[in-house]
Parts: sequence; structure tokens; C-alpha cells
Amino acid sequence: MQSLIILAEEGHELNPLIPHPIEMVLSLVVFAILFFAVKKWVVPNFEATFSERTSAIEGGLAAAETKQAEADAKLAELDRQLSEARHEAARIREEAREQGATIVAEMREQAQAESNRIVEHGKAQIEAERQQAVTSLRAEVGTLATGLAGRIVGESLDDDARQSRVVDRFLAELEGAS
Amino acid sequence: MSSIATSVTRADGFTPPGPGDFNLPPIGPDKTFEFLGEHMYLGVTKPMIQLVLVAGLVFVFFWAASRKRAMVPGKLQYIGEEGYGFVRNSMGRDIIGTKDFLPYVPYLFALFFFLLINNLLASVPFFQFPTFSRAGLVYTLALVSWFVYIGAGVKKHGLGGWLKLTCVPSGVSPAMYPLLIPLEFMSNILVRPVTLALRLFCNMFAGHMLLILFALGGQYLVTEMSVQYAPVGILAWLLFIVISFLELLIQFLQAYVFVLLNAMYIQGSLADEH
Repeated sequence: MQSLIILAEEGHELNPLIPHPIEMVLSLVVFAILFFAVKKWVVPNFEATFSERTSAIEGGLAAAETKQAEADAKLAELDRQLSEARHEAARIREEAREQGATIVAEMREQAQAESNRIVEHGKAQIEAERQQAVTSLRAEVGTLATGLAGRIVGESLDDDARQSRVVDRFLAELEGAS
Repeated sequence: MSSIATSVTRADGFTPPGPGDFNLPPIGPDKTFEFLGEHMYLGVTKPMIQLVLVAGLVFVFFWAASRKRAMVPGKLQYIGEEGYGFVRNSMGRDIIGTKDFLPYVPYLFALFFFLLINNLLASVPFFQFPTFSRAGLVYTLALVSWFVYIGAGVKKHGLGGWLKLTCVPSGVSPAMYPLLIPLEFMSNILVRPVTLALRLFCNMFAGHMLLILFALGGQYLVTEMSVQYAPVGILAWLLFIVISFLELLIQFLQAYVFVLLNAMYIQGSLADEH
């Protein structure tokens, strides 16, 4: 019995589960102050930082995406222009080839016509000259031959009619022989 | 008679640590007052100072850390953000849910670091006293938790709706209601603040008691008893060191569990299904 009393007296052992009223109030007040201070001055700052960071990252990503899209569009545009230019060049080349071919053909035709014309002209001229030569020869040969024959036979063959008959016959013989 | 005699001798020799070791005298005059049949000290005590100090410390640290709001955080801001993000994301967002966790973040955040630093003070030289080994300090926090999670439910569903969601189990035939409703009411509403408070208080109380026991017992074995007991005393001191590390873990874990349960209770109150 005595020991129990001694123990009880010594620490006047209070039941640790029974709360100290001042501590209860103090705990409430201190925690409440901490809570409101944190709610007002700490949490909004952190939340603002977090959301700013999030939006900064998202903004950066969006900007990068836009840039990428722009670059892609530009590249596509350039590709399109390049292929257009290639087509254009090919078309022009084709056209040039066609034109060249046409020109060559025309030229050939012209040259052909010209040469034909020159040949025709030449032929006509030759023919004319030949006719002329024939005519003049006929006259001259007749005269010469008649003169020659006259001299040889010693008789005058000045009779025109006879003379021309003789020459014609002679020429005809010549032509028939040739 | 003989057993009483031995206990008297024991009391004369080594005095084991008891609840009295947690009833620290106030700084200044030794006045007492009566409360619920107990003599209580009237005045400023060590746990009270610690409580206020920690609140100031927690606020100043996080205020300084959050003040700059830099996109690329410095060291201080980084640590602050990690601490805040830990409570916000792992206890707020992941448990309460993305939709309505944000209003409860300041509460959970303040509570967690308030508890954590106060608990850790038990292992900080010169303080070395777990603030929440004082039941009164813990009861209030448990009561606050109780009001917060009831308030969350009542605000969302109304008092009747919340009571129905909390106490009436779904998917059970109404015949079982007379049995289940009182049980659910007990476990979900009456018992929760008690278990919250006792879990924290008892862990802090018992852990500190254990440390005192190993420290004082070791000292008694080394200094007061004959020399062959000295190695045992030194072993006790080594164990003291090991248990101190275990205590560090418990101090963190108790703060974590207290806040985690708070978050889970709030989530349960906000949920549309029981």
C-alpha cells in the first residue's frame, strides 16, 4: 500500500490521456494562425508558380508546334514551287523542241522550195537559151552552110525559098540522126 | 507484503520513467490548477514553446521559399516546392481527386508540416521532446480534422445526405440496417477522431518513453551498479541510438499517416458512393 502512495505522490502521476486545457486551446489557436497564414501567403504563391510554369511549358510547346507547322507549310510551298518550276522547264523544253522541229521542217521546206525554184529557173533558162541557140544556130548554120555550099558548088543559092528548104531538110536529118 | 517491499526498494533505486516525465514544469513560478481531478501546471511549458516555434518556423520557411515565384527555382524555392508538392499531389490530388482537392490543400499542407516538424523536434538536440506526446495538443488537431471532414461532406451533400452516405451501406438488404447503421455510425463518425488522436499521441509518447528508458537505464547500469553491469548499460546506449533512428522514421510516418487519413476521410465525405 505504501509503495502505491509513494508512487502516486512522487510524480503526482497524472493520467496522460487527460488533456491540459490550456494546451488544447493553444494548439487550436496556433494551428489556426498557421493555417490562415499559409493559406493567405504561401499556398497562392506556390499555386501561381505551378500554373505559370505549366502555362509557360504549354505555351512553349504550342509555339514550337506553330513554328513546326509554319516550317512544314513553307517547305511544302517550296516543294510545290520547285515541282512547278520543273514542270515549267520541262514544258518549255518540250515546246522549244517542237518549235525547233517546226522551224527545221519549215526551213527544209523553204530550202526545198527554193532549190526547186532555182532548179526550175535554171531549167527554163537553159531551155530558153537552148531555143535561142537553136534559133540562132539554125539561122547561122543555114547561112554558113549555104555560103559554104554556094562557094563549094559555085552556084548561087540566094533563092530564099530553096535555101530554107535545103537547110530545113539538113537540120531534120541532123535531128533524126542525133 | 514482500512484493510491496520489493517495489518500494525499486522505487528507492532505479526510478523507471513514467507519465510524470511528460508533465514538464512551466518556466517561471510553479502554480497549479485542478482540471478533471488532476493537478495541472499553470504557465508556459516546453511543448507550448515548441508548438509556437514550429508554427513560426514552418510559415517563415515556406513563405520565404514561395515568395520569389521564379520559373526556374533556386535551392530554397525548390525545397519548398518539393515539400508543398508532396502534400499537394500525393495526399491532396491523388487521394481526394483532381476535381475538388484544391480547397483542402492549405489545410493538409499546414497540418503535415506542423506535425512533422513538431515530431522531429523529439530528435533535435536541446529540444528532444515530442510536442505531441501531450494529449491536449493532439486532441484539438483530431477535433479539427473531425470538423473538417464532416464539414466537407455536409457542405457537399447536406447534413442528411452526408449522414445517409456515411452510415447507410449500399448494396445491403434493408433488413441488415438496424445492425449496420449503428456500426457504421460508430466507426465512421465517432471512432475516427479518437483513433486519429490516440495513434499520434501514443506513438510519440511511447517512443519518447522508450528513449528515456534506454538512456536513464543505461546510465543507471553504468554509474550506479557494480562494474559487471556496465557493458549492459553501454549496450542500452547503443540501442538508444538505434531506436533514435527508428523514432525518426516513426515521427515522419505518424505525421504522414495523420494527414493521409485526413485526406482519405475528406475523400470519403465528398464521395457520392459509400
